[in-house]
Amino acid sequence: MKAEAIGKAPGFGAPLGGWARRELPGAVRDTLAIADIELRKLRRDPIELFTRAVQPALWLLVFGQVFGRIRAIPTGGIDYLTFLVPGILAQSVLFIAIFYGINVIWEKDLGIVQKLLVSPAPRTALVLGKALSAGIRGLAQGIIIYVLASLMRIRLNFAPWHVLGVVFFIILGSALFSTFSLAVACIVRTRERFMGIGQVLTMPLFFASNAIYPLASMPGWVRDLAIVNPLSYQVDALRFLMVQGGQSVFGLAQDCWVLVVVLAAFVLLTGWLYPNVAA
Amino acid sequence: MSAPAQPSGSAEVGDTGAHEMEHGTTKLAVETEALTRRFATVTAVDHLNLAVPASSIFGLLGPNGAGKTTTIKMLITMLPPSAGVARVAGYDVQRQPVEVRRAIGYVSQMLSADGALTGYENLLLFARIYAIPRRERRDRVFDALEFMGLSEAAHLLVKNYSGGMIRRLEIAQSMMHRPAVLFLDEPTIGLDPVARRAVWAHLRELLSRFGTTILMTTHDMEEAEEMCEYVAIMHRGRAVATGSPEALRASVGPQASLDDVFVHFVGGLIDEGGSYRESARIRRTARRLG
Ligand SMILES: Nc1ncnc2c1ncn2[C@@H]1O[C@H](COP(=O)(O)OP(=O)(O)OP(=O)(O)O)[C@@H](O)[C@H]1O
Ligand SMILES: [Mg+2]
Repeated sequence: MKAEAIGKAPGFGAPLGGWARRELPGAVRDTLAIADIELRKLRRDPIELFTRAVQPALWLLVFGQVFGRIRAIPTGGIDYLTFLVPGILAQSVLFIAIFYGINVIWEKDLGIVQKLLVSPAPRTALVLGKALSAGIRGLAQGIIIYVLASLMRIRLNFAPWHVLGVVFFIILGSALFSTFSLAVACIVRTRERFMGIGQVLTMPLFFASNAIYPLASMPGWVRDLAIVNPLSYQVDALRFLMVQGGQSVFGLAQDCWVLVVVLAAFVLLTGWLYPNVAA
Repeated sequence: MSAPAQPSGSAEVGDTGAHEMEHGTTKLAVETEALTRRFATVTAVDHLNLAVPASSIFGLLGPNGAGKTTTIKMLITMLPPSAGVARVAGYDVQRQPVEVRRAIGYVSQMLSADGALTGYENLLLFARIYAIPRRERRDRVFDALEFMGLSEAAHLLVKNYSGGMIRRLEIAQSMMHRPAVLFLDEPTIGLDPVARRAVWAHLRELLSRFGTTILMTTHDMEEAEEMCEYVAIMHRGRAVATGSPEALRASVGPQASLDDVFVHFVGGLIDEGGSYRESARIRRTARRLG
């Protein structure tokens, strides 16, 4: 089984080009087909999107204002509330994405996943399609956060390139964590176990990141965790793009490639695990 | 009755990749040799030998837990066999899974269309995934819907469909890409007699129009009698009898019905294990049917 998979995997150099020409258009088509279907469902049920505004609003209004007033967290010149906004955006995207995998368990129970697995669509395309739709779903959080920030008179950077960059990094981060969530779903396979694991994962991912305090202020071991946490790179990019005069610690290019590489790894892993969900 | 298992002849059977296999003079759409699947404690399919002629309707009968669904899952590449060989449309299910997937359609034992989408959208997704060219897609989807008598309901959300409509939608989906072999796991379970007859008529037309080979499982002897050119009766993972319904009836007795044949080969005993799963499934189906 394994040997076969390796035998069929693309080699490097010239064969890769041939493989890409043969397989890629189909894979892209399948990815878009899945994403399109997911978005049609979302369009029918948009209310869900707006109940998601409550949590980030609480974080900004309560946590942000209190900690902003006591000035306990050194943020290098920018006021704490402004510093917090990108972190809360990334957090709310994370909290939705991390539970995305439950959909696939649900679809497994309905027999929908099985029908897709019996089709010739590459499994990675099935995963990437879902990731893409989850990414776009995350954009609703972006809108919510920009609206909240305006209401609270927090001034953000509205330069078009920056806003486009924010869109890009929301989709990327959301796709990454939803793919991770799909991988977990493929392993645990029942809703109960999945919900338990989802709860366990969210808080460590959130706290071991630069979402609500800068890397520089962390004790060494937390900083080490934050540096291997993809969420930190998403927050870093969003902070640079959203905050007026915002600074990036890692640099936008590094933020981008780290997230893309981790996403690609998760897509391959989840594509490999995907048949498992139906077993 | 169950013939001792032949040692699997994988050495002599080359992997041809042809669309159909010659077997004597008949072409075979599905062929298994000593196909076996073990789970932790049970051997669900045990050295099964099947030969399904192309462009025929073949029925897999057997009591609950006989291994029918497990057999189908191996044939559609969803479950790796523990041992043995299976070829579908000329392709080896383990070595050429993608080719097999391109050549088949599948309707599972559960009702499994996506309720949050319309019938049209359900089919559109699969039209794309099965690489039906963009300019043909719409027509193909509407043809399939019309063929299954669902034109009126095309833009209705599937959660508002009746059980019979969902079944017909699933069959429409599974045939849209004109598969060489169609696998139907209890296609008419939970349907009323009218819906059941409608499904039968559509399946027969599928065979006559496109020459589709149909492999179906059923508990319904009337269905087997009506629909199937050949049947195999499975019991504890083995095929205990194979042949045309008439031949099997004749082999049991002059006035034997297919029910008698079933009881003759399977025995009157209720088998272990099946009953709980069965009742859970019927409840689930009933719930879906609302
Ligand atoms: N995933 C699994 N893990 C363990 N045992 C399984 C699994 N799937 C099936 N079995 C067992 O294999 C046997 C055959 O099951 P299978 O579903 O193939 O029967 P069936 O003929 O389709 O029955 P039914 O008529 O009730 O649908 C049963 O004993 C069942 O409990
Ligand atoms: Mg079954």
